[in-house]
Amino acid sequence: MGMGIKDMMAKRAAEEVNNGDIVNLGFGIPQKVVNFIPEDKTVFLHAENGILGAGPAAGVGLGDPELIDSGGVPITTVPGASYFDSADSFALIRSGRLDITVLGALEVAENGDLANWMVPGGAIPGMGGAMDLAAYAKEVIAVTTHTDKKGNPKLKKAVTLPLTARNCVKLIITDIAVIEVDDKGFLLKEVFAGNTVEEVIEKTGAELRVADDVRVIDYDAEQ
Amino acid sequence: MSEVKNKFGKIQTVEQAMEHIKDGMTIMVAGFCGVGSSYRLIQEIIKKGVKDLTLISIDAGDPGVGPEDIIKNEQVKKLISSHIGATPRTGELLNEGKLEVEFVPQGILAERIRAGGCGIPGFLTDVGLGTMVEEGKPKVTLNGKEYLLETALHADVAILRAEKADEFGNLIYNKTARGVNPLMARAADLTIVDAKEVVALGDIDPEDVVTPGAFVDSIVRGGGEWTWAWE
Repeated sequence: MGMGIKDMMAKRAAEEVNNGDIVNLGFGIPQKVVNFIPEDKTVFLHAENGILGAGPAAGVGLGDPELIDSGGVPITTVPGASYFDSADSFALIRSGRLDITVLGALEVAENGDLANWMVPGGAIPGMGGAMDLAAYAKEVIAVTTHTDKKGNPKLKKAVTLPLTARNCVKLIITDIAVIEVDDKGFLLKEVFAGNTVEEVIEKTGAELRVADDVRVIDYDAEQ
Repeated sequence: MSEVKNKFGKIQTVEQAMEHIKDGMTIMVAGFCGVGSSYRLIQEIIKKGVKDLTLISIDAGDPGVGPEDIIKNEQVKKLISSHIGATPRTGELLNEGKLEVEFVPQGILAERIRAGGCGIPGFLTDVGLGTMVEEGKPKVTLNGKEYLLETALHADVAILRAEKADEFGNLIYNKTARGVNPLMARAADLTIVDAKEVVALGDIDPEDVVTPGAFVDSIVRGGGEWTWAWE
Protein backbone atom coordinates (compact mmCIF):
# COMPACT_ATOMS: atom_id res chain seq x y z
CA MET A 1 0.00 0.00 0.00
CA GLY A 2 1.32 3.42 -0.93
CA MET A 3 0.91 6.52 1.18
CA GLY A 4 -2.46 8.26 1.11
CA ILE A 5 -2.48 11.76 -0.35
CA LYS A 6 -3.27 13.39 3.00
CA ASP A 7 -0.15 11.82 4.49
CA MET A 8 1.88 12.94 1.48
CA MET A 9 0.67 16.52 1.93
CA ALA A 10 1.59 16.37 5.62
CA LYS A 11 5.01 14.88 4.81
CA ARG A 12 5.67 17.66 2.30
CA ALA A 13 4.76 20.29 4.90
CA ALA A 14 7.14 18.60 7.35
CA GLU A 15 9.99 19.19 4.87
CA GLU A 16 9.63 22.92 5.63
CA VAL A 17 10.43 22.42 9.30
CA ASN A 18 13.96 23.14 10.54
CA ASN A 19 15.69 21.94 13.68
CA GLY A 20 14.67 24.07 16.68
CA ASP A 21 11.58 25.54 15.00
CA ILE A 22 8.50 26.57 16.95
CA VAL A 23 5.51 25.20 15.04
CA ASN A 24 1.74 25.52 15.35
CA LEU A 25 -0.49 23.03 13.55
CA GLY A 26 -4.15 23.63 12.65
CA PHE A 27 -6.92 21.03 12.59
CA GLY A 28 -7.18 18.20 10.05
CA ILE A 29 -4.28 17.39 7.72
CA PRO A 30 -1.95 19.94 9.44
CA GLN A 31 -2.14 17.85 12.63
CA LYS A 32 -0.57 14.94 10.71
CA VAL A 33 2.57 16.96 10.00
CA VAL A 34 4.00 15.98 13.37
CA ASN A 35 4.11 12.32 12.24
CA PHE A 36 6.61 13.18 9.49
CA ILE A 37 9.17 15.33 11.31
CA PRO A 38 12.46 13.37 11.20
CA GLU A 39 13.90 12.23 14.52
CA ASP A 40 17.08 14.24 14.03
CA LYS A 41 15.05 17.46 14.25
CA THR A 42 13.91 18.79 17.60
CA VAL A 43 10.76 20.85 17.18
CA PHE A 44 8.62 22.59 19.78
CA LEU A 45 4.92 22.37 19.07
CA HIS A 46 2.88 25.33 20.25
CA ALA A 47 -0.82 25.29 21.10
CA GLU A 48 -2.80 28.49 21.50
CA ASN A 49 -4.31 27.69 24.90
CA GLY A 50 -0.87 27.94 26.50
CA ILE A 51 1.75 25.27 25.92
CA LEU A 52 5.05 25.09 24.12
CA GLY A 53 6.43 21.58 23.77
CA ALA A 54 3.26 19.59 23.18
CA GLY A 55 3.90 15.88 22.75
CA PRO A 56 1.89 13.08 21.14
CA ALA A 57 -1.75 12.51 22.04
CA ALA A 58 -2.29 10.67 25.30
CA GLY A 59 -4.00 7.28 25.14
CA VAL A 60 -7.72 7.29 25.94
CA GLY A 61 -8.16 7.59 29.69
CA LEU A 62 -4.40 7.83 30.26
CA GLY A 63 -3.94 11.57 29.91
CA ASP A 64 -4.30 14.34 32.46
CA PRO A 65 -7.79 15.78 31.80
CA GLU A 66 -6.28 19.26 32.22
CA LEU A 67 -3.56 18.80 29.59
CA ILE A 68 -5.03 19.36 26.13
CA ASP A 69 -4.04 20.83 22.79
CA SER A 70 -5.92 23.58 20.97
CA GLY A 71 -8.35 20.99 19.57
CA GLY A 72 -9.30 19.78 23.05
CA VAL A 73 -7.41 16.50 22.61
CA PRO A 74 -5.56 15.10 25.68
CA ILE A 75 -1.84 15.25 24.98
CA THR A 76 1.54 14.67 26.61
CA THR A 77 4.57 16.96 26.85
CA VAL A 78 8.16 16.68 25.62
CA PRO A 79 11.25 17.52 27.72
CA GLY A 80 11.65 21.30 27.79
CA ALA A 81 7.91 22.00 27.61
CA SER A 82 6.33 24.98 29.36
CA TYR A 83 2.85 26.16 30.33
CA PHE A 84 1.75 29.79 30.23
CA ASP A 85 -1.39 31.88 30.01
CA SER A 86 -3.18 32.65 26.74
CA ALA A 87 -1.89 36.24 26.54
CA ASP A 88 1.70 34.94 26.66
CA SER A 89 0.74 32.31 24.13
CA PHE A 90 -0.33 34.92 21.60
CA ALA A 91 2.54 37.22 22.57
CA LEU A 92 4.77 34.39 21.34
CA ILE A 93 2.96 34.50 17.99
CA ARG A 94 2.64 38.27 17.51
CA SER A 95 6.20 39.05 18.65
CA GLY A 96 7.55 36.92 15.81
CA ARG A 97 8.70 33.80 17.70
CA LEU A 98 6.46 31.35 15.86
CA ASP A 99 8.46 29.99 12.90
CA ILE A 100 5.76 28.06 11.05
CA THR A 101 2.02 27.60 11.14
CA VAL A 102 0.30 25.03 8.96
CA LEU A 103 -3.36 25.87 8.41
CA GLY A 104 -6.27 24.57 6.37
CA ALA A 105 -7.71 26.86 3.67
CA LEU A 106 -11.01 27.48 1.92
CA GLU A 107 -9.47 29.94 -0.57
CA VAL A 108 -6.04 31.46 -1.18
CA ALA A 109 -5.52 34.50 -3.43
CA GLU A 110 -2.51 35.16 -5.64
CA ASN A 111 -1.45 37.97 -3.27
CA GLY A 112 -1.42 35.53 -0.32
CA ASP A 113 -4.80 36.51 1.15
CA LEU A 114 -6.29 33.61 3.13
CA ALA A 115 -9.94 32.72 3.75
CA ASN A 116 -10.34 29.77 6.12
CA TRP A 117 -12.80 30.57 8.88
CA MET A 118 -16.33 30.79 7.60
CA VAL A 119 -18.69 30.09 4.72
CA PRO A 120 -21.59 32.58 4.59
CA GLY A 121 -24.90 30.84 5.15
CA GLY A 122 -23.23 27.88 6.85
CA ALA A 123 -22.63 27.30 10.52
CA ILE A 124 -20.35 29.95 12.03
CA PRO A 125 -17.72 28.26 14.17
CA GLY A 126 -15.68 31.41 14.89
CA MET A 127 -12.10 32.07 13.90
CA GLY A 128 -10.37 30.79 17.04
CA GLY A 129 -6.69 31.68 16.78
CA ALA A 130 -6.52 31.61 12.97
CA MET A 131 -6.42 35.39 12.42
CA ASP A 132 -3.57 35.95 14.88
CA LEU A 133 -1.64 32.94 13.53
CA ALA A 134 -2.07 33.82 9.85
CA ALA A 135 -1.13 37.47 10.41
CA TYR A 136 1.99 36.88 12.52
CA ALA A 137 3.56 33.43 12.00
CA LYS A 138 6.89 33.85 10.19
CA GLU A 139 5.83 31.28 7.56
CA VAL A 140 2.20 30.45 6.82
CA ILE A 141 1.69 27.18 4.95
CA ALA A 142 -1.81 26.52 3.61
CA VAL A 143 -2.78 22.88 3.15
CA THR A 144 -5.90 22.28 1.07
CA THR A 145 -7.47 20.34 -1.76
CA HIS A 146 -6.74 22.11 -5.04
CA THR A 147 -10.44 22.42 -5.89
CA ASP A 148 -13.65 22.32 -3.89
CA LYS A 149 -16.15 19.44 -4.00
CA LYS A 150 -17.73 20.88 -7.17
CA GLY A 151 -14.36 21.18 -8.88
CA ASN A 152 -14.05 24.96 -8.50
CA PRO A 153 -10.52 26.30 -7.92
CA LYS A 154 -9.60 27.23 -4.35
CA LEU A 155 -6.55 29.15 -5.57
CA LYS A 156 -7.92 32.39 -7.03
CA LYS A 157 -7.13 35.92 -8.16
CA ALA A 158 -8.96 37.19 -5.06
CA VAL A 159 -10.74 35.49 -2.18
CA THR A 160 -14.54 35.68 -2.20
CA LEU A 161 -15.18 34.14 1.23
CA PRO A 162 -14.68 36.10 4.47
CA LEU A 163 -11.01 36.99 4.88
CA THR A 164 -8.82 35.58 7.66
CA ALA A 165 -5.71 37.70 6.99
CA ARG A 166 -4.14 39.63 4.13
CA ASN A 167 -0.95 38.73 2.25
CA CYS A 168 0.00 35.97 4.64
CA VAL A 169 0.33 32.64 2.77
CA LYS A 170 3.82 31.85 1.48
CA LEU A 171 3.41 28.21 0.47
CA ILE A 172 0.38 26.17 -0.63
CA ILE A 173 0.42 22.39 -0.50
CA THR A 174 -2.56 20.90 -2.34
CA ASP A 175 -3.50 17.33 -3.20
CA ILE A 176 -1.82 17.70 -6.60
CA ALA A 177 0.88 20.36 -6.32
CA VAL A 178 3.10 22.65 -4.26
CA ILE A 179 2.82 26.33 -5.10
CA GLU A 180 4.82 29.24 -3.79
CA VAL A 181 3.26 32.69 -3.39
CA ASP A 182 5.75 35.42 -4.29
CA ASP A 183 5.50 39.10 -5.22
CA LYS A 184 4.19 38.21 -8.69
CA GLY A 185 1.60 35.65 -7.60
CA PHE A 186 1.47 31.84 -7.83
CA LEU A 187 4.58 29.89 -8.84
CA LEU A 188 4.27 26.13 -9.45
CA LYS A 189 7.28 24.41 -7.91
CA GLU A 190 6.29 20.78 -7.48
CA VAL A 191 3.65 18.25 -8.49
CA PHE A 192 2.69 15.04 -6.75
CA ALA A 193 3.45 11.99 -8.93
CA GLY A 194 0.58 11.20 -11.27
CA ASN A 195 -0.33 14.85 -11.94
CA THR A 196 0.82 16.98 -14.86
CA VAL A 197 1.77 20.64 -14.94
CA GLU A 198 -1.01 21.28 -17.48
CA GLU A 199 -3.61 19.75 -15.18
CA VAL A 200 -2.50 21.94 -12.27
CA ILE A 201 -2.66 25.06 -14.46
CA GLU A 202 -6.15 24.12 -15.59
CA LYS A 203 -7.39 23.65 -12.01
CA THR A 204 -5.93 26.94 -10.74
CA GLY A 205 -8.15 30.02 -10.82
CA ALA A 206 -5.39 32.57 -11.45
CA GLU A 207 -2.22 32.89 -13.48
CA LEU A 208 0.20 30.11 -12.56
CA ARG A 209 3.84 30.59 -13.48
CA VAL A 210 5.85 27.38 -13.74
CA ALA A 211 9.31 27.04 -12.18
CA ASP A 212 12.20 26.03 -14.44
CA ASP A 213 12.72 22.69 -12.78
CA VAL A 214 9.46 21.27 -11.46
CA ARG A 215 10.00 18.56 -8.85
CA VAL A 216 7.86 15.46 -9.06
CA ILE A 217 7.17 14.28 -5.51
CA ASP A 218 7.05 10.49 -5.39
CA TYR A 219 7.34 9.43 -1.74
CA ASP A 220 6.37 5.83 -2.52
CA ALA A 221 9.33 5.50 -4.92
CA GLU A 222 11.63 7.14 -2.36
CA GLN A 223 10.89 4.53 0.29
CA MET B 1 0.73 21.57 56.39
CA SER B 2 -0.80 24.17 58.68
CA GLU B 3 -4.44 24.41 59.62
CA VAL B 4 -6.59 26.34 57.14
CA LYS B 5 -8.23 29.29 58.90
CA ASN B 6 -10.28 31.97 57.16
CA LYS B 7 -8.54 35.19 58.22
CA PHE B 8 -9.77 37.21 55.24
CA GLY B 9 -13.27 35.75 54.99
CA LYS B 10 -12.56 34.80 51.40
CA ILE B 11 -13.26 31.10 51.86
CA GLN B 12 -16.97 30.87 51.25
CA THR B 13 -19.71 28.36 50.65
CA VAL B 14 -20.95 28.05 47.10
CA GLU B 15 -24.23 29.62 48.28
CA GLN B 16 -22.40 32.69 49.65
CA ALA B 17 -20.46 33.06 46.41
CA MET B 18 -23.62 32.81 44.33
CA GLU B 19 -25.18 35.78 46.18
CA HIS B 20 -22.98 37.98 44.00
CA ILE B 21 -24.51 36.71 40.74
CA LYS B 22 -27.42 38.83 39.45
CA ASP B 23 -29.55 39.31 36.33
CA GLY B 24 -27.96 41.32 33.53
CA MET B 25 -24.40 40.89 34.73
CA THR B 26 -21.32 40.48 32.56
CA ILE B 27 -19.56 37.29 33.62
CA MET B 28 -16.19 35.97 32.50
CA VAL B 29 -16.23 32.19 32.37
CA ALA B 30 -12.69 30.83 32.34
CA GLY B 31 -11.50 27.69 30.58
CA PHE B 32 -10.61 26.37 27.15
CA CYS B 33 -12.70 23.47 25.80
CA GLY B 34 -14.02 23.33 29.37
CA VAL B 35 -10.54 22.76 30.82
CA GLY B 36 -10.09 25.41 33.52
CA SER B 37 -13.84 26.02 33.78
CA SER B 38 -15.56 25.55 37.13
CA TYR B 39 -18.13 22.82 36.62
CA ARG B 40 -19.74 23.53 39.99
CA LEU B 41 -20.08 27.31 39.60
CA ILE B 42 -21.54 26.89 36.11
CA GLN B 43 -24.13 24.43 37.48
CA GLU B 44 -24.96 26.85 40.32
CA ILE B 45 -25.54 29.72 37.85
CA ILE B 46 -27.97 27.45 36.03
CA LYS B 47 -29.68 26.54 39.32
CA LYS B 48 -30.00 30.21 40.28
CA GLY B 49 -31.60 30.96 36.91
CA VAL B 50 -30.22 34.49 36.50
CA LYS B 51 -31.08 35.96 33.09
CA ASP B 52 -29.88 38.41 30.41
CA LEU B 53 -26.25 37.65 31.07
CA THR B 54 -23.34 38.71 28.91
CA LEU B 55 -20.72 35.96 28.92
CA ILE B 56 -17.10 36.43 27.97
CA SER B 57 -15.27 33.16 27.29
CA ILE B 58 -12.50 32.01 24.97
CA ASP B 59 -14.86 29.41 23.48
CA ALA B 60 -18.27 28.04 24.40
CA GLY B 61 -16.62 24.91 25.82
CA ASP B 62 -17.38 21.37 24.77
CA PRO B 63 -20.85 19.79 25.08
CA GLY B 64 -21.40 19.09 28.78
CA VAL B 65 -18.41 21.11 30.00
CA GLY B 66 -17.86 24.85 30.07
CA PRO B 67 -20.03 27.87 29.33
CA GLU B 68 -22.41 26.20 26.88
CA ASP B 69 -24.49 24.73 29.69
CA ILE B 70 -25.48 28.29 30.72
CA ILE B 71 -26.07 29.30 27.09
CA LYS B 72 -28.22 26.22 26.41
CA ASN B 73 -30.43 27.18 29.34
CA GLU B 74 -31.11 30.49 27.52
CA GLN B 75 -29.76 32.67 30.31
CA VAL B 76 -27.39 34.52 28.01
CA LYS B 77 -28.25 37.42 25.70
CA LYS B 78 -24.74 38.04 24.42
CA LEU B 79 -21.59 35.96 24.13
CA ILE B 80 -18.16 37.44 23.41
CA SER B 81 -15.94 34.59 22.22
CA SER B 82 -13.56 33.28 19.57
CA HIS B 83 -15.02 29.86 18.84
CA ILE B 84 -18.35 28.03 19.13
CA GLY B 85 -17.59 25.24 16.67
CA ALA B 86 -17.59 22.45 19.26
CA THR B 87 -20.92 23.45 20.75
CA PRO B 88 -23.74 23.07 18.18
CA ARG B 89 -26.56 24.35 20.42
CA THR B 90 -24.80 27.72 20.76
CA GLY B 91 -24.74 27.98 16.96
CA GLU B 92 -28.43 27.10 16.77
CA LEU B 93 -29.37 29.79 19.29
CA LEU B 94 -27.33 32.28 17.24
CA ASN B 95 -29.18 31.26 14.07
CA GLU B 96 -32.56 31.42 15.85
CA GLY B 97 -31.82 35.01 16.88
CA LYS B 98 -31.94 34.11 20.58
CA LEU B 99 -28.27 34.85 21.17
CA GLU B 100 -25.97 37.62 20.02
CA VAL B 101 -22.36 36.55 19.46
CA GLU B 102 -19.42 38.92 19.09
CA PHE B 103 -16.58 36.93 17.52
CA VAL B 104 -13.11 38.10 18.50
CA PRO B 105 -9.83 36.56 17.27
CA GLN B 106 -8.55 34.41 20.11
CA GLY B 107 -5.32 36.26 20.79
CA ILE B 108 -7.08 39.62 20.62
CA LEU B 109 -9.74 38.35 23.01
CA ALA B 110 -7.03 37.25 25.46
CA GLU B 111 -5.36 40.65 25.09
CA ARG B 112 -8.64 42.57 25.58
CA ILE B 113 -9.18 40.64 28.81
CA ARG B 114 -5.56 41.23 29.82
CA ALA B 115 -6.01 44.96 29.16
CA GLY B 116 -9.20 44.97 31.24
CA GLY B 117 -7.23 43.59 34.18
CA CYS B 118 -4.33 46.01 33.73
CA GLY B 119 -6.16 49.34 33.78
CA ILE B 120 -5.48 49.84 30.07
CA PRO B 121 -8.62 50.99 28.20
CA GLY B 122 -7.60 49.75 24.74
CA PHE B 123 -4.82 48.98 22.29
CA LEU B 124 -3.98 48.94 18.57
CA THR B 125 -3.57 45.84 16.40
CA ASP B 126 -3.63 44.87 12.74
CA VAL B 127 -5.03 41.39 13.46
CA GLY B 128 -8.47 41.36 11.84
CA LEU B 129 -7.76 44.32 9.56
CA GLY B 130 -9.73 43.97 6.33
CA THR B 131 -11.88 41.19 7.83
CA MET B 132 -15.39 41.12 9.30
CA VAL B 133 -13.78 41.78 12.68
CA GLU B 134 -13.11 45.41 11.80
CA GLU B 135 -16.82 46.30 11.51
CA GLY B 136 -17.70 49.16 13.84
CA LYS B 137 -14.18 49.57 15.19
CA PRO B 138 -12.29 52.87 14.88
CA LYS B 139 -9.13 52.79 12.73
CA VAL B 140 -6.02 54.59 13.84
CA THR B 141 -2.93 55.39 11.76
CA LEU B 142 0.33 55.18 13.68
CA ASN B 143 3.78 55.58 12.09
CA GLY B 144 2.13 55.34 8.67
CA LYS B 145 0.39 52.02 9.35
CA GLU B 146 -3.29 51.38 9.85
CA TYR B 147 -4.57 49.61 12.96
CA LEU B 148 -7.85 48.71 14.63
CA LEU B 149 -8.60 50.17 18.03
CA GLU B 150 -9.57 47.28 20.30
CA THR B 151 -11.16 48.04 23.66
CA ALA B 152 -10.50 46.38 27.00
CA LEU B 153 -12.99 43.90 28.42
CA HIS B 154 -14.03 44.03 32.04
CA ALA B 155 -16.68 42.01 33.88
CA ASP B 156 -18.80 42.19 37.00
CA VAL B 157 -17.77 38.69 38.00
CA ALA B 158 -15.17 36.15 36.86
CA ILE B 159 -15.51 32.45 37.67
CA LEU B 160 -12.53 30.17 37.31
CA ARG B 161 -10.97 26.90 38.33
CA ALA B 162 -7.60 26.65 40.06
CA GLU B 163 -5.53 23.72 41.24
CA LYS B 164 -4.69 25.25 44.60
CA ALA B 165 -5.60 28.39 46.56
CA ASP B 166 -4.40 29.59 49.93
CA GLU B 167 -6.55 31.59 52.36
CA PHE B 168 -5.54 34.87 50.75
CA GLY B 169 -6.37 33.61 47.25
CA ASN B 170 -2.87 33.07 45.92
CA LEU B 171 -3.40 30.65 43.05
CA ILE B 172 -1.64 27.85 41.21
CA TYR B 173 -3.13 26.32 38.06
CA ASN B 174 -2.69 22.87 36.54
CA LYS B 175 -1.08 22.52 33.09
CA THR B 176 -3.30 23.86 30.28
CA ALA B 177 -6.06 24.66 32.78
CA ARG B 178 -4.17 27.97 33.12
CA GLY B 179 -5.19 29.50 29.74
CA VAL B 180 -7.19 32.68 30.22
CA ASN B 181 -7.75 32.07 33.95
CA PRO B 182 -5.03 34.40 35.30
CA LEU B 183 -6.18 37.10 32.85
CA MET B 184 -9.84 36.83 33.86
CA ALA B 185 -8.94 36.75 37.57
CA ARG B 186 -7.70 40.33 37.18
CA ALA B 187 -10.41 41.66 34.87
CA ALA B 188 -13.53 41.50 37.05
CA ASP B 189 -14.93 43.50 39.96
CA LEU B 190 -15.38 40.22 41.80
CA THR B 191 -13.39 37.04 41.19
CA ILE B 192 -14.69 33.69 42.40
CA VAL B 193 -12.28 30.76 42.35
CA ASP B 194 -13.26 27.12 42.49
CA ALA B 195 -10.16 25.57 44.03
CA LYS B 196 -9.45 21.88 43.92
CA GLU B 197 -7.45 22.30 47.12
CA VAL B 198 -7.46 25.09 49.72
CA VAL B 199 -4.35 25.44 51.87
CA ALA B 200 -3.16 27.62 54.75
CA LEU B 201 -1.17 30.83 54.34
CA GLY B 202 2.45 29.93 53.73
CA ASP B 203 1.72 26.56 52.17
CA ILE B 204 2.25 27.91 48.66
CA ASP B 205 5.82 28.98 47.94
CA PRO B 206 5.74 32.65 46.84
CA GLU B 207 7.89 31.65 43.83
CA ASP B 208 5.11 29.33 42.64
CA VAL B 209 2.20 31.78 42.83
CA VAL B 210 0.73 32.52 39.38
CA THR B 211 -2.17 34.76 40.43
CA PRO B 212 -1.52 36.85 43.57
CA GLY B 213 -4.33 36.73 46.12
CA ALA B 214 -5.01 40.45 45.73
CA PHE B 215 -7.01 39.59 42.62
CA VAL B 216 -9.21 36.99 44.30
CA ASP B 217 -12.34 37.78 46.32
CA SER B 218 -14.06 34.48 46.94
CA ILE B 219 -12.75 30.92 47.21
CA VAL B 220 -15.03 27.90 47.10
CA ARG B 221 -14.32 24.22 47.13
CA GLY B 222 -16.30 23.44 44.02
CA GLY B 223 -15.91 19.82 43.14
CA GLY B 224 -18.52 18.11 41.01
CA GLU B 225 -17.91 15.25 38.68
CA TRP B 226 -18.32 15.12 34.95
CA THR B 227 -16.84 13.25 32.05
CA TRP B 228 -14.94 14.82 29.21
CA ALA B 229 -16.30 14.65 25.69
CA TRP B 230 -13.64 12.16 24.62
CA GLU B 231 -14.31 9.68 27.42
